Amino acid sequence: MTTTTGVPTLVRGRMGRFVPALIGLVLVVVMAILPLLNISLPGILPGPTYTPGSLALLSLCMVFAALALSYNLLLGTAGMLSFGHALYFGAGAYGLGILLKAFEVPLFPGIFLALIGGLLIALLTGAVAMRVSGIPFAMVTLAFAQAGSVLVRRNQQITGGEEGLGLATQQVPDWLVGVVNTRNLYWLTLIVLVLVYLIVLWVDRSRLGHLAEATRENELRVRVLGLRPYAVKLIVFMVAAGCAGLAGMAYLLLQSGTQPSAVSADLTITVLVMVVLGGVGFRWGAIVGGVLYTLLDQRLTVLARSEWIRDLPDVLRIPLSEPLFILGVLFILVVMFLPGGIAGTVDTVWRRRRGERTRGSLTQLDDAADGEVEVRA
Amino acid sequence: MSTLILTLITGVGLGALYFLVASGLSLIYGLMHVLNFAHGAFLTLSAFIGWQVAQALGTASWGSFLVSILVGAVVGAIFATLTELVLIRPLYERHIEQVLVTVGLSFASVALFEGIWGTDAINIAGPPWLIGTTNVLGASIPNKYWVLIAAAAIVLIALVVFLQKTRYGMIIRAGVENRAMVTALGIDVRRSFTLVFAIGGAAAGIGGVLAMHAQTFVSAHLGSTLLIFAFIVTVVGGLGSLTGAAVASVLVAVLQQVANTYLGGTGDFIVVILLAVVLLVRPSGLMGRRA
Repeated sequence: MTTTTGVPTLVRGRMGRFVPALIGLVLVVVMAILPLLNISLPGILPGPTYTPGSLALLSLCMVFAALALSYNLLLGTAGMLSFGHALYFGAGAYGLGILLKAFEVPLFPGIFLALIGGLLIALLTGAVAMRVSGIPFAMVTLAFAQAGSVLVRRNQQITGGEEGLGLATQQVPDWLVGVVNTRNLYWLTLIVLVLVYLIVLWVDRSRLGHLAEATRENELRVRVLGLRPYAVKLIVFMVAAGCAGLAGMAYLLLQSGTQPSAVSADLTITVLVMVVLGGVGFRWGAIVGGVLYTLLDQRLTVLARSEWIRDLPDVLRIPLSEPLFILGVLFILVVMFLPGGIAGTVDTVWRRRRGERTRGSLTQLDDAADGEVEVRA
Repeated sequence: MSTLILTLITGVGLGALYFLVASGLSLIYGLMHVLNFAHGAFLTLSAFIGWQVAQALGTASWGSFLVSILVGAVVGAIFATLTELVLIRPLYERHIEQVLVTVGLSFASVALFEGIWGTDAINIAGPPWLIGTTNVLGASIPNKYWVLIAAAAIVLIALVVFLQKTRYGMIIRAGVENRAMVTALGIDVRRSFTLVFAIGGAAAGIGGVLAMHAQTFVSAHLGSTLLIFAFIVTVVGGLGSLTGAAVASVLVAVLQQVANTYLGGTGDFIVVILLAVVLLVRPSGLMGRRA
């Protein structure tokens, strides 16, 4: 393939390497001091930045940004279209929740144990699902996630069933409990997001990440070189699952509980929408997608209840009062007319200005998948 | 003994439902390599429209029941055809994007259905005979399962006759086998893409109306639940194989019912285990090509 890859980190000058790191650092610092400031963003946040409502919304944005980052590692770097990512998010949330409630484990050992549990589930399900690749892989991961969802809904005495699982607050340090301490939870989710970002960055830059990319492009060639794509993909899958688990635990603490929707296929699809919206293969795209989606979802729900929509005729009122309908249509439009998503489009414009050729990362994934089919046929 | 018979026959009835959904999925995947997430949306829309038609004609009569099934099939076929023409065709050969578009469609349509018909399940009624039971060797079998089995058998026979005897059927079979060769022979395979979508949509539409009667309620999420089992059935049966889909749907559903009856409601879980076992032993499915 003669075109450049969709991953921007590989083609930067010596000085240019530090610019994104600097921007990232400034952003993290700004986010970190946000709870101490009084900034109003009408239309985006429900109130000034120091209020618990705004902080809770921003924290939720960061949880989903972390989840989107982990999914991007799977889809963008390794080229695996999984429909079961919610299983590992749910494993984090429910795993920690059950450890705290039923086994009365303190918070930090609980996080460690839940992480190990999530990784084990990922190892088992991933090892089986990777017997197939491409579209069948998507179907099998979906089935596993569904089994997880059924288990959660059925075992009411452990998971709380449809009503969800409340956070056992006596096991959690006081500074992380209650609306008063939303600020601390906010900082905690920021730490989780930065941690997940660093893990994903590390994987992308490591030999493992390069191998995963090579496998995505041409699995047969990797095998001919004497390397083992199966092991590489499985490790990336487990890392992505672990990161999703961390996001799930942050979600549990933030929402002080979790519902069965945290393991549902809908959540996986939501994450997929976030990543595609932001731009597959771009870490910053995943973050932008996660934040943008969460904000849109919240704002559109508020919009749906507004006066002027209620007065519209049914033909307009019904679609406009369903946030998920608007987001679904937006998603279709992005896939059809803006396949690179936000980050991919920005990147293309940027590269074109410097005279480089590019192609959308989704298109590339497709080419790689097609090559595989042809080789095997 | 009567429990076993009841379990087996309800299993076959449920399998008939899975087959109605999975047959279209399997054909579409076999010919076009498209995983159609919107299949559940076809099914749900057909069920809702079928329900409204039956409401308008009076739910108790057999005539309105048959008309609602017919309307369901037509609605499913139209919805599927439009999906193929508007969303799938512009993304020709871009398989991942095609999947994503159908994901978006199912996402948006479930939300729209909730907006139109509400988030709660709506209880429905059909001909009174459907609620009754028939005695088979001491087991009381709910009559709705006979209807499901009959409908699936008719659809299966119609599909087999269509695929084996007609020119378009032969093009579709040849396309599943080797699409490049069919195109090289000067046949426009793309026209049969639309046809396959329409057929799959019609089968899903029939499945939707019948699923509604089997569960005696209809909701915006009717399709999503069935779709996941249909996916499992297509993978177990072998993607692209109609016979595989038929065998696997009965196998999966009977296993599910037996586990639900005798192993304390673990049916859904057992089905996923079956999927894992099939993948470990035979990744291409029971009747899939390319072992």
